[in-house]
Amino acid sequence: MTRLRAWFLAPTWTAQIALFLAPLAIILGYSLLTRGVYGGITPPWTAESYQRLIDPIYLAILWRSFWVAGASTALCLLLGFPLALFISRAERHKNFYLGLVMLPFWTSFLVRTYAWMFLLRDTGLLNTALQKIGLIHSPLPLLYNDGAVILGLVYGYLPFTVLPLYATLERLDRSLLEAAADLGAKPWTALTRITIPLSAPGIRAGAILVFIPCLGAYLTPDLLGGGKSVMIGNLIQNQFTTARDWPFGSAVSLVLMAIVMVLLFVIARGEGESLL
Amino acid sequence: MRRRGTALAIYAIAAYLFLHLPLLILSIFSFNASRFTVWEGFSLHWYSAALQDSQLTESALNSLIIAIAATAVSTVVGTLCAYGLWKRNSRPLAGSLYLSLVTPEIVTGISLLAFYQWIFRFLRVQLGMHTVILAHVSFSIAYVVIVVIARLRTVDATLEEAALDLGANEWQAFRYVTLPAILPGIIAAALLAFTVSFDDYVITSLVAGVNSETLPMVIYAIARRGVNPVVNAISALIVVGFGALVLVSERLQRA
Amino acid sequence: MERVLELRDVSKHYPGHHAVNGVSLSLARGEFFALLGPSGCGKTTTLRMVAGFEEPTQGEIRLNGSTIQHLKPYQRNVSTVFQNYALFPHLSVRDNVEFGLRRRAGNHIADRVRGVLDLVQLAGKESRRPAQLSGGERQRVALARSLVLEPDVLLLDEPLSALDPNLRKQVRAELKAIQRRVGITFLFVTHDQEEALSLSDRLGVMNKGRLEQVGTPEEIYLQPSTRFVASFLGAVNWIGEVGVRPEAMRIARLPSTNGHRSRPATIVRSTFLGNCVHVDTRLSDGDPAVVEVSRLGESFAPGESVHLWWEPADELRFGDLHQGDVHSG
Repeated sequence: MTRLRAWFLAPTWTAQIALFLAPLAIILGYSLLTRGVYGGITPPWTAESYQRLIDPIYLAILWRSFWVAGASTALCLLLGFPLALFISRAERHKNFYLGLVMLPFWTSFLVRTYAWMFLLRDTGLLNTALQKIGLIHSPLPLLYNDGAVILGLVYGYLPFTVLPLYATLERLDRSLLEAAADLGAKPWTALTRITIPLSAPGIRAGAILVFIPCLGAYLTPDLLGGGKSVMIGNLIQNQFTTARDWPFGSAVSLVLMAIVMVLLFVIARGEGESLL
Repeated sequence: MRRRGTALAIYAIAAYLFLHLPLLILSIFSFNASRFTVWEGFSLHWYSAALQDSQLTESALNSLIIAIAATAVSTVVGTLCAYGLWKRNSRPLAGSLYLSLVTPEIVTGISLLAFYQWIFRFLRVQLGMHTVILAHVSFSIAYVVIVVIARLRTVDATLEEAALDLGANEWQAFRYVTLPAILPGIIAAALLAFTVSFDDYVITSLVAGVNSETLPMVIYAIARRGVNPVVNAISALIVVGFGALVLVSERLQRA
Repeated sequence: MERVLELRDVSKHYPGHHAVNGVSLSLARGEFFALLGPSGCGKTTTLRMVAGFEEPTQGEIRLNGSTIQHLKPYQRNVSTVFQNYALFPHLSVRDNVEFGLRRRAGNHIADRVRGVLDLVQLAGKESRRPAQLSGGERQRVALARSLVLEPDVLLLDEPLSALDPNLRKQVRAELKAIQRRVGITFLFVTHDQEEALSLSDRLGVMNKGRLEQVGTPEEIYLQPSTRFVASFLGAVNWIGEVGVRPEAMRIARLPSTNGHRSRPATIVRSTFLGNCVHVDTRLSDGDPAVVEVSRLGESFAPGESVHLWWEPADELRFGDLHQGDVHSG
């Protein structure tokens, strides 16, 4: 059996090594080289790209990425928890409610991000409607700022908190809540002192599932933030296209990877690889 | 308790509206006769404009070809991998797949770009459809593995033992006993891989060549310049199309 | 008598514990042999080694004289009836039963399938799927699927444990009848001593990886060679180093003579069990003893002083407490 199994795993190993691990190794190498005159890379080997990251400009980008990702994660958890609670308490049609949450997620991230452009622009739906009602007289700058990016990220990743929260709430032993009621706890107390603490695994899982993609987001800050809300993802993309500074771009990428892996290690410790 | 049930239900309705209204509004306005966000009458004008735009149709065709090719390869490779992992886990491989899932797309994209450029020193090749297809295969495999392994976990492991006991060899046991049981899961995984591939922008934009523009790349370019009702029309089509595929995939996974 | 299956000093070691330790066994052709023991004693592991799903760490397994312990399951002429039946859910009853036959070239497949389905009384249900069958019917399909291959040995891994208790007795009788009809050697693993005693021609009792005793049901029950075998096969009252079964004891008001062994005791309680009465007593040294008496006999009140007596021949004595010697019957 082992020989057959080795054949079954071989193609994936090949794909992983050739198309994921080797490329990562290459940009590791690039991050330690120097920028060529016309872009690309040349020797000598240097750690200069990493040193440049200490610059306040880049630290500001790093900081913004953390705060945007953090705000998005917090909002996703806050907004997702009551929804997950609702679904887990529903008597019937739970799968329908869950499907209704997941459905938007699977229909093109690009389209969904564009939808918010359509709504938030100066001549977009929201501004037009508000002006028509007479609430405002000139368009509000709803787009091209951190807030719009956070809104777009929350919209995009909300399902990622609903699913793990729902899974944890589903497994919650109902008799614990009955015992709490029996001992005199009001519904709100039971929620805050029993349900929420016991949902910790789901909260942790949801937080990781949202924070990490948000940290490395590119499309959302690009479309909804314009040039005003530069995050790490935009910085990296910029280095590999306009700025043509591959060593620096590689360095930033690896720092991002390192942050992601540290976060995973710290938060997911003990969760195990529940996906695979 | 009843009052809280109602409050929760009201919140749920609001949340669902938040999730679905933007797309619904987008779709409704794709039928707007005017290009402004003021309703001026029903029209299919933007849909016909979209279908007549050669850049849009060509890029859509590219996306379709890439998605089909990438789906075919990644489904087969991913299914075999899921089966191998189900038999006995390989922590390095599982770890690598997991890492590729959590790696931000921008990092995967630029690392593939760097990899391709490095390879092109030795082979006389350029960026094009094939580089995109390879990239899509790479990230789709992990999704296929997840879906198929979930399905495999519902299969009774003793069934293959029974098959061996009755005279089938390892390959026959897989082919005649396990494969039929996981077929719905494999199809669901293929549909998932298809939608993920078709929708990809970040990685594709970095590794596509000049002649291999995909639909998301064109949409992105138009959207970047501002709101265009043609994009609304395409978006509505994509939402309906993907939605249908996902529904079928969900139904199959539950079968 | 032909030896169809032989295990010679077979062991299976895992890091940390020995699942099977030096088991030697030989089965005659046409024999119904039961391997009995508590969970974790190694009986299922032994069965799986014969089937080919585990490889022995040491020792030899011979089928009709040839060594097979290195062969794959599909290279051995043995077949297994799994505990959960392992029926292929996507195939009909007929396709399940045919499965093993299709791997081999052969004619008259349809006849053989029909024949074996008649044997297990499932004729008429060929096109049903396993999900549409009852537990008992599924078990019969599993049996038919293995029998149709005419293996040298049929291995059964606790095949009755998933059935309703009331169904078990009936299925037991049918299983025995089928085995007699086809004459195939059965190796039957169970933790239920009533099953083992009623079904087998011979049985082996396993404990902690070792085979403690092999013999006919009468030998094992009446002449257990270790304390473990004695207490596993039925209840035993221990009077010091000596064991006496409850049904071998009698209660009398006066001390007994006539060469019987006797002890004074006090009645604790009587429990009516339907077909008999169990009387709990306490001996003078404080040890409990349970006596099984007919419900038609005398009744005794709690607190009464009585005498328990039994025949010396019914005593179970063990030379040493060390378990591990194998006594073959």
